[in-house]
Amino acid sequence: MAFKRSEPTQKSGGKIPIPVKIVVAGGYAVGKTTFVGSISEIEPLTTEAALTSHSAGVDIAGQAAKKTTTVAMDFGRVGLGDDLILYLFGTPGQDRFHFMWDDLVRGAIGAVVLVDTSRLEDCFAAVDYFESAGLPFVVAVNAFFGEIHYSMKDVREALAIPAEVPMMVTDARDRASTKATLLQLVQHALTNAGASA
Amino acid sequence: MTDVPRESRLRVRPYALTGGRVRSSIELPLETIVRVTPRAETSTSDLASEHRRICGICVDPSSIAEVSAHLKLPLGVVRVLVGDMVTEGFLETNATAMAPDADPRPDLRLLERVLDGLQAL
Repeated sequence: MAFKRSEPTQKSGGKIPIPVKIVVAGGYAVGKTTFVGSISEIEPLTTEAALTSHSAGVDIAGQAAKKTTTVAMDFGRVGLGDDLILYLFGTPGQDRFHFMWDDLVRGAIGAVVLVDTSRLEDCFAAVDYFESAGLPFVVAVNAFFGEIHYSMKDVREALAIPAEVPMMVTDARDRASTKATLLQLVQHALTNAGASA
Repeated sequence: MTDVPRESRLRVRPYALTGGRVRSSIELPLETIVRVTPRAETSTSDLASEHRRICGICVDPSSIAEVSAHLKLPLGVVRVLVGDMVTEGFLETNATAMAPDADPRPDLRLLERVLDGLQAL
């Protein structure tokens, strides 16, 4: 059995495209997959990472209990020209998955933290994590349900977002809105990289 | 082990495919793109079925995450399988060997290309 490439003479001298990635974080059901799907050229796919975590509790034998958890992660892809592919990974927001985030965040352009203003506390973990990891991020308030309960100033204060971190309102269902949010993030990452170069 | 959730028990099986190994022979971030090599285009008859399925997916350049999603196998398992296949010459990747302390972040030039690419969408 043999597998032929669909295009034996690929563009750019048959080079394999370069992958870049952006992390999309936020609480449960905040619209991460919708955001990814609004711009992805494929239906968002799901991959599973099997994790063994130490639970906070201690079992009866006095040993820290281990627990195997499966974390589902939805992602999409956007081809940028012939030789670049942008992957958008939606990641669960809970603290205990931080060690999976390390893997996700390594080499990433940055992160979009999606916020639902009626459940602000759901994104605390993500904001803390990206700040401590030194990863460029933007905070996008999802107006998924057409309304925002607080002003951006209030949200910035409530989440203690530094002034230099861009914040915007987005509609995760809308491709143009998602694109604008991603552009702001990449611009922010460029500014950061330029400042440290 | 009657207290083990059903999910966990099922999750043990995929690692049988890797001979119980949980680490890949090479470093493969989940966005790494792999593609079949000319070798895979001529000789895959002696490969196990999962390896053949991976070759089928990677006829078009695909990331580790995409291979995992299409095969419905955990990322860790796919990393080990793909790592073996790269070592054996069935798959190729453009990942450059990176020093452990190197900054893995995209450089300015790459970020500018991403910005241009997004604007052109």
